[in-house]
Amino acid sequence: MSRILGPDDVRRALARIAHEIVERERTDGLVLVGIADRGDHLAFRLSLEIAKIEDAEVPVGVLDISFYRDDIGLTAEAPEVHETRIPFDVTGRTVVLVDDVLYTGRTIRAAMDALMDLGRPRRIRLAVLVDRGHRELPIRADFVGKNVPTQHGDDVRVMVTEVDGEDGALVQEGSPGPAFRGAPAVAGREESA
Amino acid sequence: MGSPKLLFRGARVVDPAGGRDEVADVLVRDGAVADVGGGLDAASAEIVECDGLVLAPGLVDMHTHLREPGFEQKETVETGTRAAAVGGYTAVAPMANTDPVADDASVIAEVRAAAARADLADVFPVGAITKGLEGEVLAEIGEMVEAGVRVFSDDGRCVPTARTLRNALTYARAFDDVVLADHCEDASLSTGQQMHEGISSYSLGLAGQPAAAEVSIVFRDIEMARLTGGRLHICHLSSARSVELVRRAKADGVRVSAEVTPHHLVFTDEDLRTYDTNLKVNPPLRSAEDREALREGLADGTIDAIATDHAPHAVEEKEAEFDRAPHGTIGLETALAVALTELVAPGLLDLSRALEALSCSPARLLGARDHGGPIAAGRPANLVLFDPEERWVVEPPFVSRSRNSAFMGRAMVGRVRHTVRHGMLMVSEGKATR
Amino acid sequence: MNEHLLSMHDVTAEDVVRILDTAESFREVGTRVIKKVPALRGRTVVNLFYENSTRTRISFELAAKRLSADVINFASGGSSVSKGESLKDTALTLQAMGADAIVIRHSSSGSPYQLTKWVRGHVLNAGDGTHEHPTQALLDLYTMRERLGRLEGLRVAIVGDVLHSRVARSLSFGLVKMGADVTLVGPATLIPPDAPVWGVQVSHDVDEVLPKLDVCYLLRVQTERQRLEYFPSVREYARLFGLNRSRVGSLPEGSLIMHPGPMNRGVEIDSDVADLPQSVIEDQVTNGIAVRMALLYLLLGGRGESGEEVSGG
Repeated sequence: MSRILGPDDVRRALARIAHEIVERERTDGLVLVGIADRGDHLAFRLSLEIAKIEDAEVPVGVLDISFYRDDIGLTAEAPEVHETRIPFDVTGRTVVLVDDVLYTGRTIRAAMDALMDLGRPRRIRLAVLVDRGHRELPIRADFVGKNVPTQHGDDVRVMVTEVDGEDGALVQEGSPGPAFRGAPAVAGREESA
Repeated sequence: MGSPKLLFRGARVVDPAGGRDEVADVLVRDGAVADVGGGLDAASAEIVECDGLVLAPGLVDMHTHLREPGFEQKETVETGTRAAAVGGYTAVAPMANTDPVADDASVIAEVRAAAARADLADVFPVGAITKGLEGEVLAEIGEMVEAGVRVFSDDGRCVPTARTLRNALTYARAFDDVVLADHCEDASLSTGQQMHEGISSYSLGLAGQPAAAEVSIVFRDIEMARLTGGRLHICHLSSARSVELVRRAKADGVRVSAEVTPHHLVFTDEDLRTYDTNLKVNPPLRSAEDREALREGLADGTIDAIATDHAPHAVEEKEAEFDRAPHGTIGLETALAVALTELVAPGLLDLSRALEALSCSPARLLGARDHGGPIAAGRPANLVLFDPEERWVVEPPFVSRSRNSAFMGRAMVGRVRHTVRHGMLMVSEGKATR
Repeated sequence: MNEHLLSMHDVTAEDVVRILDTAESFREVGTRVIKKVPALRGRTVVNLFYENSTRTRISFELAAKRLSADVINFASGGSSVSKGESLKDTALTLQAMGADAIVIRHSSSGSPYQLTKWVRGHVLNAGDGTHEHPTQALLDLYTMRERLGRLEGLRVAIVGDVLHSRVARSLSFGLVKMGADVTLVGPATLIPPDAPVWGVQVSHDVDEVLPKLDVCYLLRVQTERQRLEYFPSVREYARLFGLNRSRVGSLPEGSLIMHPGPMNRGVEIDSDVADLPQSVIEDQVTNGIAVRMALLYLLLGGRGESGEEVSGG
């Protein structure tokens, strides 16, 4: 298990991403949608950072993508479900999706489909804390905390204080991790679904 | 053509009627046992090596349903007696609830003729007590007695009133050795019943029949036997209090006998939780306490015989919703194995008593003098040889035409190897010879 | 979770929590403009309803459709379930159609169990005879948890014809499993003897029980002739056990009045009582869709018997 990000790294990364968002997007019409179950906490933090910079309150929503996954019926048990709470209309807005780790891109594909069912955003941007490469779909992040090269068999985990007690990111070499958070690793799988 | 000369060598001969339990040779000639002893001379006999096998008197089923005439899609006399032979039976008593009902000599003759054609087991047809099993007018009992019938029963139905039973018992006393067998069930307590009434039936949402439905009629019937001095037999006992009543009646000298089925000795109402229709039987499988009492009653002789109540039903009838399926399980092919596996092996019953219940007692109650042993020179050779160690699983194909077995899928220890009837092999190496 | 949902004995307490939590998410889906998620796209759910029940069937149909599954309805009374065709033959036909899940309602207790022998898909019991109705119980547990915040320690009375009620059985088993305190109330002829074996208490005096309840759950009382051998008259039943306006007064503040529907207004419950705010009978209907979506999702969302093996890579 090696540490790739410590608490200070996370703090700085989030601050930098907040600046980048403010620079590139306008804050009116801007909303943050965090992908459960750690992206949502990151999204709330980003909103606080943006408020420090611009004196603007950017609304935050939480999106659970379990029902949009492409591996339903393929894992041993149905994927665990989290809460979706988006107290605003996404139609016409600039939605910045926020997630902890970008890997194959399938989670983001699912998130976009979910968003489309909720309305018609003007544009969708993607912010992630860690981009570990190995995309399986044509998806790219607009805002990245840190690029971390990994192998397929590695497991990258982001921790947030609200859930794990501290901030950081760890990589465990060699163990096949789930492509979707919350999915049980299936024995014999060398790579993600 | 005479029957072959056979020497069964080295079997453990268990003969409850003759008081024998030892390894011995048995020589069979001209339909009878010629000699029993150690190291017999084979002479010109065909030798059947029986090392490790048990040799016992052929089994006798005093309660079975061969379904012919009228329900040949479920079973015929031929398929049924073949199933019996494979199960080690040399004699069976088919019940009268055929179509037409066996309530006069002509139907009896028809059943006998079918049995003779099949020539697989001796058949002792049971005559109805009342015409058409309607429970009102007595059947042609005298005519059937002349035709050789000794046991009468309206089985399938209960004799509806004490008065009718009393009259029948009294009337039957005019004839020697006639027994009236009753299926004890108070219909007013059992209408629409699917299983035993108890917490299981409430949990499963199935209409139940309380033990009292049987017990109240057992009581009534015993009183009628006491009143008339007639011979009464109680079919398929299922509950503890019935066993007690029979025990007390016997102690009082009432001429009553009783039987129990293999499935009532093994299963309870809890086994119905999967809604397996093969366990839907009448009388229903009752509580663990009832099963305990039945086992004790069999062991101490209160219950005289094990009788299969072999009740074949067509596959499509049983593969239906639980409340639509007919009651009954087949049992001829598995009775001996069940007794060995579930009662003898765990030490609940000794082998001699089990064989007595499967052969000697039912032979005596039926008046089937050629069956039940003793296995001795001059006696007809009606024998079964079984391997008490052979492991097998109850599964199709069955020899019976039907396959509604309560024991489906169960592991058994003990299997019939040969069945000998009047000195001829009906079953050899587990397979029927015809 | 088990492959099938035939009885409340098929789920553990943990399973129940998971089902209720998942139902929360599906309730949220029900508030969206597009009340549909693609989770069960391409799957086929068959509603095999031998007993007429528009309400439950529609609830299941909506649940399946909101999961993007394809729905086939076999309802008796319509032309689909042919009279005389055996349950087995119907099952084999459904199997051939590739049904991933079969929701069955039938008047014979145990028919879902028979069905599992003949089909490979998942079987959900939508009510079998007088045996069980687990999805109703689960939606009732959902409603209770949502309104009262918990299930453990809840004091619940189930009032009425328990003997013939599949809802009463499922609900009792479910509540006891979740640590609630259940009392069955009704005439002695309508409560199974030995019911305490189920972990419940029994009372024949509803007035004694009402002041100590968190939930008063009323069962429909059948008034057909056969039932009348269990109590002398509908009037007497209503007098002794009916929830009328004056009885409602003895229920504690904040307690719930529930009924699985359809109601016999004036028998087990008075009309004006049914329409009180304490009565959550409407909620029970809304929650039904969410709970049924959760069940379909949890049963079909995993590999199970009918899914394919995931090949490594």
